[in-house]
Amino acid sequence: MNEDKLQVAESDRDENLYPVSRRRFLQGLGGGIVILFAAGERPARGQRRRGERPDFNAYLHIGEDGGVTCYTSKVELGQGPMTSLAQTLADELDVSLDSVDMVMSDTARCPNDGPTWGSRTTPGFGPILRAAGAEARAVLIGLAAVRLKVPKDRLAVEDGVVFDKTRKSRKVTYAQLTKGKKIERRLEGAPKVKTVGQYNLIGKPVNRLDAAEKVTGQAKYTGDIRIPGMVHARVLRPPSHGAKLKSLDSAAVDSQDGYQVVRDGELVAVLHKYPDMAENALSKLKAEYDIPEPRFDDKTVFDYFIKNAGKGKVNGRPAGNLDTGSRLAKEVVEETYLNGYVAHATMETHTALAQFEGDNLTVWASSQTPYRHASEIARELGIGAEKVRVIVPFVGGGFGGKIANAQAVQAAKLARKAGKPVLLAWSRADEFFYDTFRPAAAVKIKSGVDASGKIVLWDYGIYGMGSRGAGLFYDVPHNRITLYQRHHRLLTGAWRAPDNNTNSFARESHIDVMAARAGIDPLDFRLRNIKDAKFQRVIKAGADKFGWTPAKKSPSGRGYGIACGFDVGVPVILFAEVEVNERTGAVQVKRVVCVQNLGLVINPEGVALQTEGGVTMGLGYALTEEVNFTGGAVHDQNFDTYELPGFSWVPKIEMVLIEADDESSKGAGEPACICMGGVVANAVYDATGARLNQIPMTPERIRKALAERA
Amino acid sequence: MNENISFTLNDKAVSVSTDGERPLLWVLRTDLGLTGTKYGCGKGLCGACTVIMDGMALRSCVIPVSSVKGKEILTIEGLAKNGKLHPIQEAFTKHDALQCGFCTPGMILNAYSLLLSNPEPSRQEIVDGMEYNLCRCGAHTRIIRAIEEAAQEMKGAR
Repeated sequence: MNEDKLQVAESDRDENLYPVSRRRFLQGLGGGIVILFAAGERPARGQRRRGERPDFNAYLHIGEDGGVTCYTSKVELGQGPMTSLAQTLADELDVSLDSVDMVMSDTARCPNDGPTWGSRTTPGFGPILRAAGAEARAVLIGLAAVRLKVPKDRLAVEDGVVFDKTRKSRKVTYAQLTKGKKIERRLEGAPKVKTVGQYNLIGKPVNRLDAAEKVTGQAKYTGDIRIPGMVHARVLRPPSHGAKLKSLDSAAVDSQDGYQVVRDGELVAVLHKYPDMAENALSKLKAEYDIPEPRFDDKTVFDYFIKNAGKGKVNGRPAGNLDTGSRLAKEVVEETYLNGYVAHATMETHTALAQFEGDNLTVWASSQTPYRHASEIARELGIGAEKVRVIVPFVGGGFGGKIANAQAVQAAKLARKAGKPVLLAWSRADEFFYDTFRPAAAVKIKSGVDASGKIVLWDYGIYGMGSRGAGLFYDVPHNRITLYQRHHRLLTGAWRAPDNNTNSFARESHIDVMAARAGIDPLDFRLRNIKDAKFQRVIKAGADKFGWTPAKKSPSGRGYGIACGFDVGVPVILFAEVEVNERTGAVQVKRVVCVQNLGLVINPEGVALQTEGGVTMGLGYALTEEVNFTGGAVHDQNFDTYELPGFSWVPKIEMVLIEADDESSKGAGEPACICMGGVVANAVYDATGARLNQIPMTPERIRKALAERA
Repeated sequence: MNENISFTLNDKAVSVSTDGERPLLWVLRTDLGLTGTKYGCGKGLCGACTVIMDGMALRSCVIPVSSVKGKEILTIEGLAKNGKLHPIQEAFTKHDALQCGFCTPGMILNAYSLLLSNPEPSRQEIVDGMEYNLCRCGAHTRIIRAIEEAAQEMKGAR
């Protein structure tokens, strides 16, 4: 099996199939002002089509009523762009937050400005949106200058009202200015946007704009949409990945009124007007499969990866010479770190509703990447991409898991075969089976420290995943990173800061092992070996907030840990305090301090939410979360065996943001999550002297490590 | 086998004719069109499907609809009265005690039941009472804060 096919890579290869035409999006908008703009990468020249004008991929509209609407294919997954983007735009346009409407993630209404992943929305889309807002504001000021017969530089705006600064009663509203107009502008240059000190809304904590719908049960997720004639589907889950359906006997279900069994290749589903009835009927289907022989399971996976690693490829730019590094080292430390498969386990399972109207297909889907899925569905069904519309309503969590949407293809195939709209929601067991897990991986590190406490050697091998987060921010003159072959039998994909959780766990554990060997305090050891001034500032801010003091001995018994990380341009440090119950092996994380440099922060409240979320999600992969499997068969089917963090796990979380308003904004969805494995492992060592080289640190593994401690 | 099942749903009398073994969750979401109650696990493990029956929180994914005959059921759609949010809903909004919002209806109703039986819970009692309602986005500390504040608010109203 070619695992590259199973790998959901963060690639945009299908995205440019979609023509961007003014006609398609702008007809029916009515009067007012339209600003067209291009966020992110523009399509490569070869991919442009004749007659199309792919010169914009998002737009905003100020209607004749003065209302502002922004059209973007970004998705609200819970991470808050609906609020932060509206906040950005309202500030630049000087209108109130409630006069901005975000129209998101509908391929018929919103051009393709890229997927929602990799903490890219705020840093990538935010600045261009601000520029577009500034452009619209400039057009409005121009109109107002003519209308009021006042020079532009004497005008100011508050709450969508333009007025003469010298005589406030001389004023005109945005609505009056746009009435009867039809102005279309393409954002060309870089209009002057507001700067630090001029913001009204940016940088201020704003409550979520979607909260009212979400606390009343009115918010519509994909599974909440009802259309006439629709039926519910439940899929027959194969026993294992790689299994081939040999035979299917569906007579027991076919004979019952109201049920329809649909088969399309390997896909088998029961349709019924009630989803629970469809699900019950699955057990009456008799299916036989050919199942490939398993080669490894959750216990033997790491050995398998290392034994079948191949020669490996050097990643990035190695430095110096490893032999020289070895010679300079007073202590050479070699360790292997392990981390299992982890599920996204979003509370909403993958869901899609597919409806054909003639040749045209509309799919509502819980997706992070509506355009990519429109292309994927078109390709899988063999229909034209222009025939497929994907609409993404509210999504019940993504974390990278909803970059993959096999359920949308399944629903579309079922709708075509059944000749009626089909709503397919995966059961929780389906979700654990079809999920694109964070890959299991091993990391082998051989490193050396010289007599002065400087790291002089770093030989780093990665087995089973990629290199995000492996790049060194420690200054090591002789270093090399090697990537080895991957052998996954389960589906794998992006999971909140892909690769970085495991790379940071391995590196930061190892840094502490070296510090202990060199007899240097872990904070001091990091400060000695990280030169970067920005990073130093983050580390020192963290030490201050946490109240770090060097211990007299290591382990100190205090249960303190440190871990640094770097993700999506953000230097981050976590400090943690833990308590270990040596009898049961249970770990309680009592306190976490997180310091990040996120540049200009749009919504501090949103950042706090994301930081707390990242830390809490990190507790899960640090302590319990790990998929049990044999070969391609996933044993976990629900939250009884796959344990998520609960209320009692959550520590006191303290967040510090380095003030850096003059730096560009960075995404906050991922950095806080990456250090949790390392910081908890280091704190457990400091509490007990037991060093765990494998996460999650389950009670069994803790007890074993305690028994084996030197 | 279909049976007629009558109960009170959000202060209104309703009656459904269906197989009494079906889970209340799916009868609410499909037959009765109330989609605020969510499916998360189907085994009573996550709490997304929590509704209130005669003042007690229960997991509608594992409750056969026949067992609610003659009972009073409250779902998230019935909590706000006359367009006014319940104090727990207000507090969740104020404290941003949610992200994706999928667990939120279950969280709010579980908190509602908790505050009915214990109007002045300690922080530890809130943690214990909410422990088996799962949130993947990590809004836990805010949910605790929201419940603490709602308790204060409701105490003032009594």
